[in-house]
Amino acid sequence: MRASRDAPLQDRILDTFTSSDGLVSVAVVLLGFLMGTLLVALVGRNPAGMYSAIVQVVSGWDLRRGIWNARYIGEWLVMSIPLVLCGLSVAFAGRTGLFNIGAEGQYVVGLTAAQFVALFAPHTAGLHWVLAILAAVAAGALWGGIVGALKARYSVSEVVATIMMNYIAYFSSRVLTQLIPGANTYRTPTFPDTARLDSPFLQALTNGSRLNYGLWLAVASVLFFWVVIGKTRLGFSLRATGLNKDAARYGGINVTASVTTAMAISGAFAGLAGAVVSLGSFSYGRVLGGLDGYGFDGIAVALVGNSTALGTALAGLLFGMLKSAQPLMQSRQIPKEIASIIMGLVVVFISLRAGVRMLVEWRMKELARKGRTIE
Amino acid sequence: MTDFIGLVGNFAQMLPSILMIVSPILIAAVGGLVCERSGVANIALEGLMGIGAFSAAATHVLLESSFNLSIPLALLIATATGLAFSVIHAFASITLKADQIVSGTGINLLSTGITVFLCQIIFKQERTEPFRLGMMPGPFGVYPTAWIALVVLVIAWYFLYRRPVGLRLRACGEHPQAAASAGIDVVRIRYIAVLVSGALAGLAGGCLVLTQTIQYTVFTINGAGFIALAAVSFGRWLPKGVLGSSLLFGSSVALAIYMVNIQSLRFLPSEFFSVMPYVITLVTLVVFSGKDYAPRAVGQAFDKGKS
Repeated sequence: MRASRDAPLQDRILDTFTSSDGLVSVAVVLLGFLMGTLLVALVGRNPAGMYSAIVQVVSGWDLRRGIWNARYIGEWLVMSIPLVLCGLSVAFAGRTGLFNIGAEGQYVVGLTAAQFVALFAPHTAGLHWVLAILAAVAAGALWGGIVGALKARYSVSEVVATIMMNYIAYFSSRVLTQLIPGANTYRTPTFPDTARLDSPFLQALTNGSRLNYGLWLAVASVLFFWVVIGKTRLGFSLRATGLNKDAARYGGINVTASVTTAMAISGAFAGLAGAVVSLGSFSYGRVLGGLDGYGFDGIAVALVGNSTALGTALAGLLFGMLKSAQPLMQSRQIPKEIASIIMGLVVVFISLRAGVRMLVEWRMKELARKGRTIE
Repeated sequence: MTDFIGLVGNFAQMLPSILMIVSPILIAAVGGLVCERSGVANIALEGLMGIGAFSAAATHVLLESSFNLSIPLALLIATATGLAFSVIHAFASITLKADQIVSGTGINLLSTGITVFLCQIIFKQERTEPFRLGMMPGPFGVYPTAWIALVVLVIAWYFLYRRPVGLRLRACGEHPQAAASAGIDVVRIRYIAVLVSGALAGLAGGCLVLTQTIQYTVFTINGAGFIALAAVSFGRWLPKGVLGSSLLFGSSVALAIYMVNIQSLRFLPSEFFSVMPYVITLVTLVVFSGKDYAPRAVGQAFDKGKS
C-alpha cells in the first residue's frame, strides 16, 4: 500500500522509510553520527577533529598538514576485512532465521586453528597459508555447526548457546596456545613466512600498510554469500527454514540438516576472519588476553547491512572506517571510544525501524476509522 | 586423603573470597531472573554491570576523601545508572516490540564505549583513578555485598512467590495474552521487570568494583554478566536455583583466581575453572532440553492480538 502523490508529506516520508530497509539503515547511521557529534561537542571537544580523522582514513589526506599517505587507506581496509567477514557470519545466520551472537567464538577458534597450522604444518610456499585458512574455516564451521545441531536436535536457544561457546572458545584457545613449545603467556614463536598473507603488491600500493591477501578472501566471501543465499537451491532451503520451519518441513526440506548447515556456514565466515587477522596482521601466534571484539561488532555490521551481501560489505567498511580512525581521533583530543558509542547507538536505533512500522500501522488504522483510505 | 583435607581447609579459607565473587553474580542473576520471568530476555546484564561499576568507581574516587558515606552513595548511583540505561532496553523491546537480543546487544556495545569515554573526559585516562580504600570486609572477613545479595534474593523471592504482583509477572512470562485477558497490564509489568533488572545489574557492577578491584577498567566485568545469565538458566529460572548456580559458578571463578595457592590443583590450567560455568550451562541446556523450565514467552514481544 503506497501513499499516493497527493497524500500528506508525512505519510509519504513514512512510506519511503517502510518500503526501503536500506534507507532506514542510512537514517539510523546518520542519527548515530549526529548523536555522537553532539556528545563530543557536549564534553567540550571539537567534533571537526572526528571528521578530519575519518577523512584522513578514507582518502589518505591529512587535512591539517596537507600530506597524502595511502597507508591510511590500506589500514582502513585491514580493519574492515574482519568486520565484513564477521558481519557476513551474523548476516548468514540472520537470513536463515538464526541469531548468531557467537561470531566472536567462531573467530577465536578460527584464529587458533590458523595459528597451529602456521606453526606446525610443512613450510611449503603457496600451500602453507592455504592450509591454515582451510583449517580456520573448518574450525569456525565446526564451532557454529555444534550450536546449529544443538538448536535443531535439542531446541537449545542459539543465543544462549553461542554466548557460552564464545567463552569456551576463548579459554580453550588460551590453554592450547600456551601448550605450543616456545610460547609464553602472551605469544608463540614467530610464524614462518610461508604462512603469512603478506602481499608485496598491495603493500606497495598502500605505502607499506598491512593490507594483505585477506582483501581478496573478503571480496570472494561477499560474492559467495550473495550467490549461495540468493542463487542456489541450498540458499533457498535455508531461507525457507528461517521463514517458516513447518512449511519448509512440509515442502520436503530436512530442517535439522538445514539449521546445522546454516550455522556451520555462518561460523565458517567468522573462522576465516580469525585466520585473516592472525596471518595477515600478526607475525606470531597470540595467547589472547581478551576478546578482540570483531564478532560482537559483526552483529552491528549485519544489522546495519540488513543481512544482505552488499549491505554487509558497506556496513563493514563504514565501521572499519570508524575503528581505524580511532588513534587519529585520540591524537585530536577526542576520546577514541566515540567509535564504539556510535556503533552502540546505531544498534539501539535499529529498533526504531520497528517503531516506524508501528507508527504506520497506527496511522492506517486512524485513517480507516475516519473513513478515508490510502491507495 | 591428606590432599582432600587440605583442599577442604583451603576452601574454608577461601570462603570470604568466594562470597565476594559470588555476590555480584547473584545480584545480577536475580535481576536476570525477574526480567526473564516477565518474558523479556536480557543479554545486556554484562553491559549494565559495566555501567554500574563505572558509576560506582567514579563516584567513590571523587568523594572518598570528602564524604564518609561515599560507598553507599556510590552503590546508590550505580543502581540508578543501571536503571536509567535499562530504560533503553525496555522502550525498544516492550514499547517498540523490537528484537530483545538486538537492543541488549546495543547496550553491551554502548556500555564499553560510554564508560571509557567518560573516564577519558573525567580522569584523562582510559580507566578511573584508583580509589584509596574500597569496601571493608565485616565479621569473618565477609564483605557486606554478601548480605546485600542475600537481601536482594529474599526480597525477589517474596515478591515473585508471595505477592500478587509476582504472580502477575510470572503470568506475563508464560502466556502474556492470557494474562492480559485477566486484566493484567502486561506492558507495565514488563517495564517494571526490566527496570528492576537494570537497577540490580547496576548495583551488582558497583558491588564488584568496590570489593574486587581498585578502579574501573574496560576489563573489570570480564564476563560476570554473562555468567549471571548462565546462572539464571542453570538455576532453572527459580530463586533457589539461581542461588545454587551463582554459588557454584562464583566458586569456580574464585578457584581460577586463587588456585595458585592450592598445591593439589596446580597441575590444572586456571582456565579450567574459568570455563566451567559456561560448559556446565551448555551441557545442562542439552540434558534438560526436553523439559520446559524456561518461561514460555521469553524473547517474544507482547502482541495483544495473538492467541
